[in-house]
Amino acid sequence: MLLIPCPWCGPRDDAEFAYGNQAHLARPADPSATTDAEWAEYLYFRDNPKGPFAERWMHAAGCRRWFHVVRDTNSHAILQVYKVGEWPDPAVLGGKELS
Amino acid sequence: MAEAGRRRGPTGKPRYSIFALARNALSYHENWQAAWRSPEPKPSYEAIVVGGGGHGLATAYYLASVHGMRKIAVLEKGWIGGGNTGRNTTIIRSNYLWDESAAIYEHALKLWEGLSQELNFNLMFSQRGVITLAHSEHELKEMRRRVEAIRLNGIDTEVLSTSDVKKLVPIINTDPGIRWPVMGGFIQRRGGTARHDAVAWGYARAADDLGVDIIQNCEVTGFLKDATGAVEGVETTRGTIRSRRIGCVAAGHSGVLAALAGFKLPIQARPLQALVSEPIKPVIDTVVMSNAVHMYVSQSDKGELVLGAGTDSYNSYAQRGSMNIIEHQLAAACELYPIVSRLRVLRTWGGIVDTCPDASPILSRTPVEGLYFNCGWGTGGFKATPGSGHVFADLLAHGKPNAIAAPFGLERFQGGYLIDEHGAAGVAH
Repeated sequence: MLLIPCPWCGPRDDAEFAYGNQAHLARPADPSATTDAEWAEYLYFRDNPKGPFAERWMHAAGCRRWFHVVRDTNSHAILQVYKVGEWPDPAVLGGKELS
Repeated sequence: MAEAGRRRGPTGKPRYSIFALARNALSYHENWQAAWRSPEPKPSYEAIVVGGGGHGLATAYYLASVHGMRKIAVLEKGWIGGGNTGRNTTIIRSNYLWDESAAIYEHALKLWEGLSQELNFNLMFSQRGVITLAHSEHELKEMRRRVEAIRLNGIDTEVLSTSDVKKLVPIINTDPGIRWPVMGGFIQRRGGTARHDAVAWGYARAADDLGVDIIQNCEVTGFLKDATGAVEGVETTRGTIRSRRIGCVAAGHSGVLAALAGFKLPIQARPLQALVSEPIKPVIDTVVMSNAVHMYVSQSDKGELVLGAGTDSYNSYAQRGSMNIIEHQLAAACELYPIVSRLRVLRTWGGIVDTCPDASPILSRTPVEGLYFNCGWGTGGFKATPGSGHVFADLLAHGKPNAIAAPFGLERFQGGYLIDEHGAAGVAH
């Protein structure tokens, strides 16, 4: 059970949200120029850490807006909530810089 | 089974039998031998299996019994069978759509059929039949197609009408006016259940008999590689252990191990929940699954109704899920089986499953020479335990996949040859 603080609607039960998995993935700029391995990586391979994870959520039964959450996948603690277009605090991600 | 009867190994434990039971009863059951040893890890092994669940222990057992290896270690970070092996709903079936899946799951089912005798351990394997329900016209049509595909692979299965289902499962609500009406289904009569803990214990005891070191409370914290990048051992919480042949069978934690080894897997760790009711008199003597409502039910020998739920949508390693999943599952249970509405829930639990994009497993070599992974079984690994172990042992022994394992390599994600079993997986990924 997660209590997710939607940046617009406040804390709500996770049953109200849709999950978008790993955040900050960029679609290859020129898909036809990628190798099979690069395209497979983009389609199927996601980070799957035990610990802090920057992920996307959408408040499906509320404002229906997408936003980002850094959540610890082991303790379920929500470490940071931030809007689309913003970046997570590297300290929260254990020193990992996303870009 | 070709291997039956060739199990008495170096430790030479006495066989379990009715006579052993009687003999030990006379001494107040105080003289039973330990079922397996608790050895200290040796500095090196011929092969190491990381993960002491059913699949890992089966792998070690077949490495010893089929491939004649003797210096094998199973490294388990907790206790054997304490992960998904002890958390599943114990359902066994092989009614999958594609030929590749049929081959591996039917291989497993055929091994199950002789496994209690082979391991000399009562796995309480019960071929009570597995029924899958259809709740819409479309689902029924799709089901007929799947039944024909399954039969073409030589696997027993048949379509059931609503009244056939009612005859087999008298407690089911076949009122056409309910939210998810029962419009028919199909059954695999050779499917059923087995005692999940016994599977881990039976394989552990049989593997130990053949000299396999089962090392518990031993978590792998890193992989050692030589100058060429090939694996040459593991760092663990109980010291360095060397081997040039390592198989990882860690279910939900496969991604963590892959990260330690320096590569990524197309796998996401998700919670999958189940629960049991308080024990009641026998009311259902088969297994009933429903893909549409994500609910499956059977009754344990103790009388508890064993109810499986769906997965949570989010990644987790916490071995627990959200309450709304349980709520959905119980709503479906109460509608389909009205007599359960006043039963109390005895306990609920969660396990971390390794879901794969095509709902099929990965049995594969990896970018690291000498390191192999058996993972991605997701929500349905228990049924495959013997087949998975048998085929993975072959991969570890020969360094290349056999005909059954070959389609399940990691290369399939680049080649586009996915084995999409979302329809047969039972639980949505």
